[in-house]
Amino acid sequence: MIIREVRELTGGVAVKAMILKEFRELRRDKRTMGMLIALPILLLVIFGYAANFNVEEIPTAVVGDNAEQYEDQLPDLFVVEPGIDADASAQDLLKDNVVDVAIDTSSQPAQVYIDGSSIFAAQSAEAGFSQAPDGMVDVEVLYNPDLTTAWVMVPALIGLILAFIGTVITSIGLVKERQNGTIEQLAVMPLKSSQVIMGKIVPYFILAAIDMIIVTVLGVWLFDVPFVGNVGLFAIGGAIFLFVVLGLGVLISTASQTQGQAIQMAMMLVMPQILLSGFIFPLDAMPAGVAWIGYILPLTYFVEISQGIMLRGADLTSLGLDFGVLILMALVIFTAAVLRFRRDLAPSARHMGGSK
Amino acid sequence: MTSDAARQWGLHRVTVKYGDTTALDNVSLDARPGEVYAVVGGDGAGKTTALRCLAGAVNPTEGSVSTPGRRSIGFMPTAAGVWGDLSVNENIDFVAAAQGVTGQSLSDRREELLEATGLTGATSRLARQLSGGMRQKLAFSLAMLHRPDLLILDEPSTGVDPVSRIDLWRMISRATADGAAVVMATTYLDEAQRASQVLALDAGEVLIEGTPADVLTRVPGHVSIVDAPQDRALAWRRGRTWRQWSPEDPPSGQPRVEDLEDAMVAAGLSKEVTHA
Repeated sequence: MIIREVRELTGGVAVKAMILKEFRELRRDKRTMGMLIALPILLLVIFGYAANFNVEEIPTAVVGDNAEQYEDQLPDLFVVEPGIDADASAQDLLKDNVVDVAIDTSSQPAQVYIDGSSIFAAQSAEAGFSQAPDGMVDVEVLYNPDLTTAWVMVPALIGLILAFIGTVITSIGLVKERQNGTIEQLAVMPLKSSQVIMGKIVPYFILAAIDMIIVTVLGVWLFDVPFVGNVGLFAIGGAIFLFVVLGLGVLISTASQTQGQAIQMAMMLVMPQILLSGFIFPLDAMPAGVAWIGYILPLTYFVEISQGIMLRGADLTSLGLDFGVLILMALVIFTAAVLRFRRDLAPSARHMGGSK
Repeated sequence: MTSDAARQWGLHRVTVKYGDTTALDNVSLDARPGEVYAVVGGDGAGKTTALRCLAGAVNPTEGSVSTPGRRSIGFMPTAAGVWGDLSVNENIDFVAAAQGVTGQSLSDRREELLEATGLTGATSRLARQLSGGMRQKLAFSLAMLHRPDLLILDEPSTGVDPVSRIDLWRMISRATADGAAVVMATTYLDEAQRASQVLALDAGEVLIEGTPADVLTRVPGHVSIVDAPQDRALAWRRGRTWRQWSPEDPPSGQPRVEDLEDAMVAAGLSKEVTHA
């Protein structure tokens, strides 16, 4: 009896010691603590505000001879964009992504064009126009006439897959060198920092580029997603986006000691891009307080580029802003990544060349 | 051809600080061709920092470092420094390409090193599948693949079985016979005893240095073999007897510093007493 009591007591003490040890370890693992505390709050806030499929304001253009008359009759759902020339081509306004709905009033009934590549706005717009009196408007959905979700998702998923490979896989691959201690070996070998960095990054760039081709071809083939635009422009957009995400992967690897840490950090960067880049929840439907996060994420701009080129056949003129932002991000992030990686590789630059 | 006098590489009054922590404090080290220089000390003594400094992986805060240049340095870090997901042959291929060893000289060198390390039958095995000793020997082969003038080895024999340790020492001897200067960190004092020069570090400071014979004579104070310790704080057990250290006059018993272990412990006690 006495022995049993002692055993039970010992068992209780042991469990208490285990729990205490676990808490102590967790307290010092700031990344895990961040995921435990900050992530649930972040997800709650983001989902609470951002998870809204109902677009309440649709950017609209009204062109043609009777523009003013039609503008007055439009429900509040359609917000007429100011400064659009009444002589502009309604279809071009959609193709250039200036608006999601364009109404050409020069014919009777007026011709309404809806951008099917903005699927949530298009669904709301279709519902809005279904209540219009018979014979007042003729509605046509462009670029995705059946409002097929896959047509919108596949171009965005290409970006998401690139972001995943670029950020997660690259950071794991790079941090492995540090975790195994071989980065020290590389640092003292007669290799230039640029050679090591190129050697480390080029394979991931090539693999991600091959993945991009496979996913695009499969997406088009399996889901009948159209590829209307210029393949070369799409490839250039993909390459620029890859520089951004590979740069993020390299940056993460320089701030991580183990592959586990790298995965945690990479997931924290990829997850907001899934939720806030506008391809699941429309950015137009988010309050400004959350939407701005979406506008600083690279995937947001690649989704615009891939959907624009694949579905609408958009050209560089209409995608200039998206390309510009991505190029700027690529320059800043990739440069920062290379500098940090070089610092890790060459802590002893003064030492090179023999005695000093 | 540089003269041997010019071919002395090492650390000259080097201090390395990481923030407020001094990892190395005014340490000098002269590595000569054809000789083994052993850096000994316990955990946190500064051995790895000294070697990384010499290899060019750490900048000294003060002092200077002289080396033959990156192409002539071979470095084996503590964590083995082999690529686990590459096979033995692929490891050799990669390092050979980085060091510019190609063609017939690579084939000859590969054969020579594989034979010396006993890895001839394991060329297709992944490095991570090798035993600890085999992995260390592969790392050693990679470090000396390009016949460096200065070979820096950070605890090459730690965790290695006695047979593999003998193989490693045979390879070190071969490297010095070929004219390389070898600087190695070790926690095994019997290994240090075989070196030409010994540098004992403690908390980043030089504890004692010189040839192994010099080190035994330079021990401050006196060490005596006694049956029972007179002052336990200044005594340590060796087998059935005790060693008693005294800072000044020898206590009773036979005065003797038998080996590096006695010398290291005595020097450590002397430092403690001086700083107390």
